[in-house]
Order: sequence, then structure tokens, then C-alpha cells
Amino acid sequence: MDGVHDMGGMDGFGKVEPEPNEPVFHEAWEGRVMAMNRAVGAAGAWNIDVARFSRELLPPQVYLSSSYYERWQLAMERLLVERGLVDADELAAGRALRPGKPLQRGKLTTADIGRVMTRGSFGRPATAPARFAPGDRVRAKNIHPRTHTRLPRYVRGHVGIVERVQGCHVFPDSSALGHEDPQWLYTVRFEGRELWGADADPALTVSIEAFEPYLDPA
Amino acid sequence: MQLRVRALETILTEKGYVDPAALGLIVEAYETKIGPHNGQRVVARAWADPVFKRALLEDATEAVGTLGHVSRVGDHLVAVENTPKLHNMVVCTLCSCYPWEMLGLPPVWYKSAPYRSRAVKDPRGVLADFGVTLPADTEIRVWDSTAETRFLVLPMRPAGTEGWSEERLTSLVTRDSMIGTGLAKRPDEVA
Repeated sequence: MDGVHDMGGMDGFGKVEPEPNEPVFHEAWEGRVMAMNRAVGAAGAWNIDVARFSRELLPPQVYLSSSYYERWQLAMERLLVERGLVDADELAAGRALRPGKPLQRGKLTTADIGRVMTRGSFGRPATAPARFAPGDRVRAKNIHPRTHTRLPRYVRGHVGIVERVQGCHVFPDSSALGHEDPQWLYTVRFEGRELWGADADPALTVSIEAFEPYLDPA
Repeated sequence: MQLRVRALETILTEKGYVDPAALGLIVEAYETKIGPHNGQRVVARAWADPVFKRALLEDATEAVGTLGHVSRVGDHLVAVENTPKLHNMVVCTLCSCYPWEMLGLPPVWYKSAPYRSRAVKDPRGVLADFGVTLPADTEIRVWDSTAETRFLVLPMRPAGTEGWSEERLTSLVTRDSMIGTGLAKRPDEVA
């Protein structure tokens, strides 16, 4: 979806402000939100693409005015209700009013923490040969799906060069809708001037990780 | 927000979806075990050991896996090398993708709109916000982490560190130098 989360190239957000000696969490609740997300995800309530899409679906004004972990909390509440795991009246009451439903992989226990501390593998066996090879010229498609996509707006319609083939991976656009639909993944490099015009820094190149369905030969 | 989060945790616990003790362990792991020290060790080893460096640039997931003292890393880690002619910088314009196992949880600025919006368009301006200036003819390569590939920048080894032990080299490796918004420290900065 063409949401405010797709920020690459936007102006007006101001300077980057690094914080010296930044703590891992600024408030204790941030850690709990992060951990709840990880635990519920590991229990099989949803996958990472579903979780990302739920944050993108927050209204733009909410997305921009909320902190990172506030967004996680709001999106998690929304997903829990959407999936029928928690009811709206329970959120309002602040306690469970009905028993829980079974989760696909079961509740994450203290003995199982290792499961969330190492990232899973997103590589999958290929079902077709890769369409592109390093050195190929490709054009990012001008597409605007209303659903989740990992093709940022700022490259759409632009020509780049395939630099690496990263293997066949779970396709987030499909995964957010519930099926893995693995696709070839490429690192595609664009010249800064191709993306930002003649005035751009001539010594800038930008790459994205592009799934095969995002690309046409050029 | 604190009350709202506590309420949700109560609901999820009562419904049997989460175990508060497990949540505590996850928080503790990110606060104490998983952080930039993992990446620092990888970079220092690459500086000290050319064979490891080649392996790291070839397949970072596998190379990191050979270092017993670094926590296991998920798949699809890619290390990219800075040189006098090329400076790499990592961003996730769409959300916050970041090599957690190598660097811990991302800092607030990495997840913020200013960084995500500007890194791909005006990386020199972003570097200036970090007090870093590069020669105009140094190529800047920005890696937008739009898939599950994760990028670790291998910063340049500072001059004047010949003969340093791996342990000592570790002290020069900053988190930001592994994201590409900073450079490794000079020896006189840690003296």
C-alpha cells in the first residue's frame, strides 16, 4: 500500500538526532510490547509480514505521531481483535472475559526462548529458474498494490542493475495475505541520478532487495 | 501507554497466549546479551584475520557461525566492506529491519522518519548529522533492507593499529560504524 511508512525520499522530517548512550528501552513497557509481539508471533498467531502490514494500516496521522513501540502496541491490539484472539470488550475491560483459543505452535515458554532469539530462515526451494542474473538491467514495475508490498515507491519505474541473486525467499506481498509463494530475490542497484534526477549526488548509489515479481527486463 | 500495555499483557496471560516469565527473559536477553558487542567481535576478527574477512564477505551467515563466542545468527546476513573509495550505509525505509543478532535492537534514530526518509536521497546530509564528512568523490552506497537480507558494514580499519590484538581492535568498533553512519574510532580516541 502507498502508506506513510514508505518514507524513502520524503522531505521535511528534519535532522537525524542520535542519542548518546541510548538505553535499549526508554520505558519498561517498551520491552514488554516487544516481547509480547515476539512471543505471540512465535506461538503462531501470525507471521512477520502480517505484523508489518498491520502497522502500515495504522492511520497516517497515528503512524506519524506514535513512537515505534506505540505503533507495535496499537497494531498488535488491532491484529488480535481481527483474528478473533481477543475481543474488543476485553481490551476495554483490561482483562480476559473469555477463555483463549488454541495457537498453532502453542504458548512460548521459558524453556523455548531460543526459538525467538535466532531469526528464522526465509529461504525456500526454488520452483523455477531465476529470471535475472547479475549484470542484467531491470526496471522496477510501476505498481501500487493496496496490500502489503516491499517495493518502495521511490524506485518504481526506475532502471537498475541486478547485483546479487539472494536465493528464493518467502514473498512478503503474499505472506502478508497468508501464503508463502516463494520468489527469487535480487539486490538491485540504482544510480542516485536515476532515482533523484540530474541534481543528485553523482557518487550515490542505492540498492533495494527486490523480489522477481517487482521487476521487468530493461 | 504503560497502563494500556499492562492491560494487554494481563489479557494475553489470562487467555493463555503468553507467559510473563518468558516475556521477562526476552527483555533481559535484549538488554544484556544481544548487542553491538557481537558485531564488534566479528569486525575485529575480520580486521585481524584476512581469511576470516574473505569468508565473511563471501557468506556472512556462515562465517559468523564459525565464531563460537558470538551468538548464533539468522540466515541471510551480508557483510559489506568500506574502502577509501566506497562507503556503505544501511537503512530500512519501510520499517526498521536491522541485524539484531549482530547489533541488538536498533536505536530510535534508525527507526525514525528523518533517517528513513533521507538516507536514500541525501546520505551525505545524514552523515553530517552524525558529524561525519567524506571526500566528495567517495562513492556512497546505501543498502535499503527491503527484504529479510540483513546488512553489516565492515568499517575501514583505522590507521596506526598495526600489530593490535583482536581484543584491542574491538574497542575501536562502534555500533554506528557497522551501520555506516559513523567511522571506526581512531586509536587516540580510545587511549
